[in-house]
Amino acid sequence: MRRNNQQLKTSSFVVQWEFILLLIFILFNFAMSFTHSNYLRVTNLFDTTFIFSEKALVALIMTFIIITGNIDISVASMMGLSSVVLATLFRAGMNIWPASLVGLGVGTFCGFLNGFIITRVRLPALIITLANFSFYRGIAYVILGDEAVGGFPESFLYLGRGYIGNSPVPFILVFFIVLAVLAGIILHRTKFGRTVYAIGWNEHTCYASGVPVDRIKLLLFTISGFMAGLAAVFITSRIGNTRPNIATGFELEIITIVILGGVMITGGVGKMWGVFLSIFLIGTIRYGLGLHNIPGQYMLIVTGSLLIISILMNNLIVSYVEARYLRAMAALEQGEQLTEQISSRERR
Amino acid sequence: MNDHEDAEGMRGMSNATSRSLFIRFAGLRELGIFIFLLVVVLIISIRSPVFLTLDNIHDIGLDAAILAIVAVGEMMVILTGGIDISVGSGIGLSGMIVALIIMNAWGIPPIVAVFMGTAIGGVLGMINGILVVKAKIPPIITTLGTMSIYRGATFIVNYTVNKGKWVAADRFAPAFRTFTRDTFFLVPNLILITVIIYIIFYYFLNHTVTGRKIYAVGSNPDGARFAGINVSKIMFLPYLLTGMLVGTGGVLWVSRYTSAQTDAAQGFEFMVITAVVIGGVKVTGGSGSIIGVLLGSVLIGVINNALNLVRVSPFWKLAINGFIILMAVIVDKYIQEGVNKRLLERRKI
Amino acid sequence: MAECILELKDITKQFPGVTALRNVDFDLHRGEVHALVGENGAGKSTLAKIITGVLQPTEGTIYYEGSPVVWENPRHSIARGIAAIYQEPAIFPDLNVAENIYMGHQPHGSVARNINWRQLYKNTNQLLETLKSNIKAKDKIVGLSIAERQLVEIAKALSINAKVVIMDEPTSALSISESEELFAIVEELKAKGTSIIFISHRIEDIFRVADRVTALRDGYHVGTKAIDQVNLNDLIQMMVGRTVQNLFPKLDTEIGEENLRVEHLSKKGKFKDVSFCLRSGEILGFYGLVGAGRTEVAKAVFGMDPADSGKIFVRGQEHSIPHPQKAIDLGIAYVPENKDEEGIILNMDITSNITLPILKDFIKTGLLDRAAEEATAEQYSKKLDVKASSVKQKVISLSGGNKQKVSLAKWLASRARIILFDEPTKGIDVGAKASVHKFISELAADGYAILMISSELPEIMGMSDNILVMHEGIVKGNFTRSEGSQEKILATALAD
Repeated sequence: MRRNNQQLKTSSFVVQWEFILLLIFILFNFAMSFTHSNYLRVTNLFDTTFIFSEKALVALIMTFIIITGNIDISVASMMGLSSVVLATLFRAGMNIWPASLVGLGVGTFCGFLNGFIITRVRLPALIITLANFSFYRGIAYVILGDEAVGGFPESFLYLGRGYIGNSPVPFILVFFIVLAVLAGIILHRTKFGRTVYAIGWNEHTCYASGVPVDRIKLLLFTISGFMAGLAAVFITSRIGNTRPNIATGFELEIITIVILGGVMITGGVGKMWGVFLSIFLIGTIRYGLGLHNIPGQYMLIVTGSLLIISILMNNLIVSYVEARYLRAMAALEQGEQLTEQISSRERR
Repeated sequence: MNDHEDAEGMRGMSNATSRSLFIRFAGLRELGIFIFLLVVVLIISIRSPVFLTLDNIHDIGLDAAILAIVAVGEMMVILTGGIDISVGSGIGLSGMIVALIIMNAWGIPPIVAVFMGTAIGGVLGMINGILVVKAKIPPIITTLGTMSIYRGATFIVNYTVNKGKWVAADRFAPAFRTFTRDTFFLVPNLILITVIIYIIFYYFLNHTVTGRKIYAVGSNPDGARFAGINVSKIMFLPYLLTGMLVGTGGVLWVSRYTSAQTDAAQGFEFMVITAVVIGGVKVTGGSGSIIGVLLGSVLIGVINNALNLVRVSPFWKLAINGFIILMAVIVDKYIQEGVNKRLLERRKI
Repeated sequence: MAECILELKDITKQFPGVTALRNVDFDLHRGEVHALVGENGAGKSTLAKIITGVLQPTEGTIYYEGSPVVWENPRHSIARGIAAIYQEPAIFPDLNVAENIYMGHQPHGSVARNINWRQLYKNTNQLLETLKSNIKAKDKIVGLSIAERQLVEIAKALSINAKVVIMDEPTSALSISESEELFAIVEELKAKGTSIIFISHRIEDIFRVADRVTALRDGYHVGTKAIDQVNLNDLIQMMVGRTVQNLFPKLDTEIGEENLRVEHLSKKGKFKDVSFCLRSGEILGFYGLVGAGRTEVAKAVFGMDPADSGKIFVRGQEHSIPHPQKAIDLGIAYVPENKDEEGIILNMDITSNITLPILKDFIKTGLLDRAAEEATAEQYSKKLDVKASSVKQKVISLSGGNKQKVSLAKWLASRARIILFDEPTKGIDVGAKASVHKFISELAADGYAILMISSELPEIMGMSDNILVMHEGIVKGNFTRSEGSQEKILATALAD
C-alpha cells in the first residue's frame, strides 16, 4: 500500500472508532443477554475470559508492532514451540518452573531471530515472520511429533486455571489487566511509545532525527517472542497438556483483535483502550456463539470477516474524513490568502 | 531507495559491463535450481535406489503437479507486489463443493468436474481481488481473512450437506477416482493438465502485452500508472487467475487423494510460496520467471519425496519448508546487494 | 494565427493544505516550444500533471485539438498523443530499455496481443539511433545514467508519436554537451510539428529554445509573452514579483573558529576526495547540478550514509559518525531537501515533531512531560515565526514554508551548532523564502556554522561566504563570495 496517500489521513477519526467499538460492545452484550438466561451470570462471564487471555497477552505487543507499520505472523508458532519445549523438558525430568523459563527463553529467542533478520538483512517483516510461521511450528513438530505431554503439577496448573483466592476472578485475567495497563502507559506516555508512533508514520524521518529505529524494531519483535512464550506457559497450564499443534491459528484472531481495536494496518494510529475493548468484544462474541452451541468453525468465519470488515470500515471512514478535511482546508486557504493580501498591502 | 538515488549510483558506468553482469545473473537462477535439483536427485538416488524407479518418478510428478499449478497463480500475485495465503483453504473449499456435487451425480465426466472447480475457484479468487483492489485492503490481511473464511466455509458446507462426514472414495464415480492417474497417450492426465497450463501461462507472461504489464506494475506501480497502464485491472487479474487455478487444483486434489476432507491442503499455501520464492520471484514483485517456478515446484516435490524415502519423519517437512523460504529470501537479498556493490565498484567515482 | 493544439481555461487545483493553481489559463500552439517558468512551488509540475491526466483539475476545462476533454487518467492523454518526460524518470528497473519505452503499446499481433519482439527491438533501436545514442534496445535500464534515462524517456515520447511533449526540468542533470544534444532533439521535434512544453528554471535554456514563455507565480498565471519580447529582468520580474537583490540578505558576520573540517571524504559511487572546512558564522554554499553528490556528502557527515574513507573533525577532534545519533550528539543537524519524507512527520503535531530528537530531555519519573514539551515547542515556534493556531496543530495542515520552519525548529531545539541545509527553500512560496534566508543569516550571525546546498544560483550567490562547486561527485571549484560570478560558477558546475 502506498504510504503517500496515508499521509493525508488524519488520526482524528480514531476517537470515533473506539467509541463506536464501546457502543457495539454494550449493544452486543445487551442483545445477547436477552437470548440466553445464563448470559449475565457473573461466574460465567469471568470464566469466558480464560479462553482468550493468552491471545490477549500477545495482542498487547502486536499492537505496538502494527503501530510501527510491521506485523508478526509467527506469534502462534512461537507459542507452539515454547509450549513444546517446556513440556518436553518437563517430561525429561526437569522441574516445571525452570522448564517454563527455558520455554520462555526459546520464545524470546525466536522473536529476537525474527527481529534480527528483519533489521539486519533488511527484509520485510511480512515475509520473514511468514517463513518463521512455518519454521518454528515445524521445529515444534520435530520435537514432539504426534505425541502429547501432560501431567503437570497442580502449582503449574494454577497459572492458567486458578482464581484469585475465593473470588470468581481468574488469576490470568488479573495478570493480563496489569500488563495491559502497563502496556497502555508505555504506549501513550513514554518516550518509547512516542517513537513507536513516529516510526509508524515515517520511519525515514525518525532515522534522520536520530531515533534508533532498528534497535526499537528489534526490541519489539523480541518482546513479541517473549509474550508468545509467556502466553505459551499460560495456555499449556490451562489446557493441561500440549501437542505441537497447540495455538494453531491464533495469529488470525490476535491480528483481528488489534485491527478491530482501531489500530490501522498502515501504522501510526491506534489506542490501547481500543484494543482492550476489542479483546473483550471478540471474547463475548465467542462466548455468545458457545452458549448457543454454534460449532467452533463458525468462529473462523466470524473472525476472518471481522478482520476484513474492520479495514473496510477503516477505509470508508478515512475517505469520509479526508473529504471533509479537504473542504475545511479550502476554507482555511481562502482565509490565509486574505490575510496574506492584507499584510502584503501593508508592507508596500 | 528510489530511482533517483539508484541512478546516481549507476552514472558513468559502461553498458557493456552492465550487460554481461546482468545476463550472467538473469539466467543464473534457473540454471542454479536445475543444478541443485540434479545434485539432490543424485544424492538421493545413491542413498535410496528406489528413488529413480519409474513408479517413484510418477509419484513425484503427480505430487509436484498440483503444487506447480497453484504456484503459477501465486507467482503472478507476488509479481504484482501482493500475496495470497488463502490458496490452501481455496483448494479445500472448491474441492469439497465439487465433491459434494458429483458424489450423487456419477454421470458427470471428470473433466467437467475440473472445470466446475475452476469456476468456483474463480469466484473465490474474484472475492480476494475485489477486496484488495476495490476495497483497498492489504493483500496479507485480505487473504488472512479469506483463508479462515474459506476454511470455515469448507466445514460448514460439509456439515450441511453431508453431516460432517468426509466424502470417501466409494462415493465417487470410478472414472473420477482414477482421473489423475489415467493416461492420455501415455501421459497421466494430471501431468498433461499441468503442462498445458504452463504453456498457456508461459506464453501469457512472456509474450503478451497484458502479461508484460504485470511485470511493469510490480516493478514500478506509479510508473505503470504514468505509462497509462490500468493498474487496478492488472492487480486484480492475478487474484482471479489464482482463484481459477486453485479451483482446478482443488478438484484434482480430491481426485488424486480420492477423498474430500475438511482439512485438505491445510498449510499448502506455504509450500506454494516456497516454490515461488525458490523459483527466483522477487518477494517485492517485478521480476521472476515461470520456468523457475516450475523448477521450484519440482524441487519441492523431489525433496518431499526424498524425505519420505530416506525415512525422515514427516514432521520435518514443515520445518524444512520454512527454513527453505527463509534461506532463499536471505540469499537472494545478499546476491542483490552483491550485484549492486559490484556495479558501484565499476564507477568512475 | 497559429493554431492551438492545447488550451487550458481557468484551471484551479486544490490539495489539502495548499491551492496549487488558481484560475490559470494556458495555451499551446502547434509546432511551438512554449516555456513554463516559475519559482519552486509556483505550480508548473501540477499544471503538467493536469495536462497529462495524472491529476484532475478541481475547476476549469481542458481543450485538446479544439474540443473539451476530461482525462481521468494518463491512459487517455497518452492515447491522444500527449507524452511527458518527468524530472525523475518513471522507469521499470526490472525490465530492459525496449520494454521500458514500449510498455503498454508494444507492437503486437492478434493472438491475445502477442508481442512482436523482433519489431519491438527494431523499433527501439531505430528510435535510439534517431536520438544519436549508444544505448541498445536490450540493455538493462538499471545500468544507465540519469542523462541516458532521460533519453529513454524522450524515446518513449517519440514511440507514441506524441503531438505534445512536456519536458519537466530536462537539463537539471545534464552536462553542457548533453544539454546541447537535448536542444538539437527539441529542434528536430519542432521541425516535425510536435508541440513542446518546456518547464525549466534555467533561464539560459529558455532563451535558447523557446518561442513563447509563460510565467506562474504562487499558482497564478502572471503572463505569457513571445520570447523576443522579454529580457532576463522581465522574466525574473514575472516569476518573482520583485528584483533579485531584495531576496537574499546575508548579514556581514565575523567568521570565527573552525567548527567542522572534512578531509578526503570518499564514498564509492557517490563522491570522491571531498574536503572543506566550515567555521562559526560562515555560510558555505554547495552548488551543483542534480546528482552532483552534494546531498550524499551532507548525509555522510550527518551519519545517515557514512563515507567509505576520509576524516571528519568536529571542533578540532576527529570523530567517526556511523549513525545520525552520533552526529546529533556532536551538535550537527541535517535539514533535508525532502522535508515531507525526511524532515517532518506530517501526521504528528508540531510539538512531537520539534521534540523528536531530544525526547530524553523531557522524561520525568519515566514518563514524558507533555507540558514541558509544549513549552519548548512554543519557544522555538515563536523564534521561527511558525504560523499555526497552536503547537498542537498537525504539521500536515501547515503551508510549505511553515513545514520547513518546523523542520528547522527541531534542530535548533536540539542545540545543534553545525547545520547542513539541503535546498532549504525548495518548494516554498516567495514570501517564506525571504524569511528563511533572513533566518539563516541570523543563525550565522549567532555563531552557527552553516552549510547550504542549493541548485539556485542567485540564492547561492546571495547567501554564501564561500562557494563549493561539485560535479559528478568531485569538487570542481572553490570560490569566495567576491571571486564567484554567475558565469564562472555555472561554467564550473556544467563542465564535462
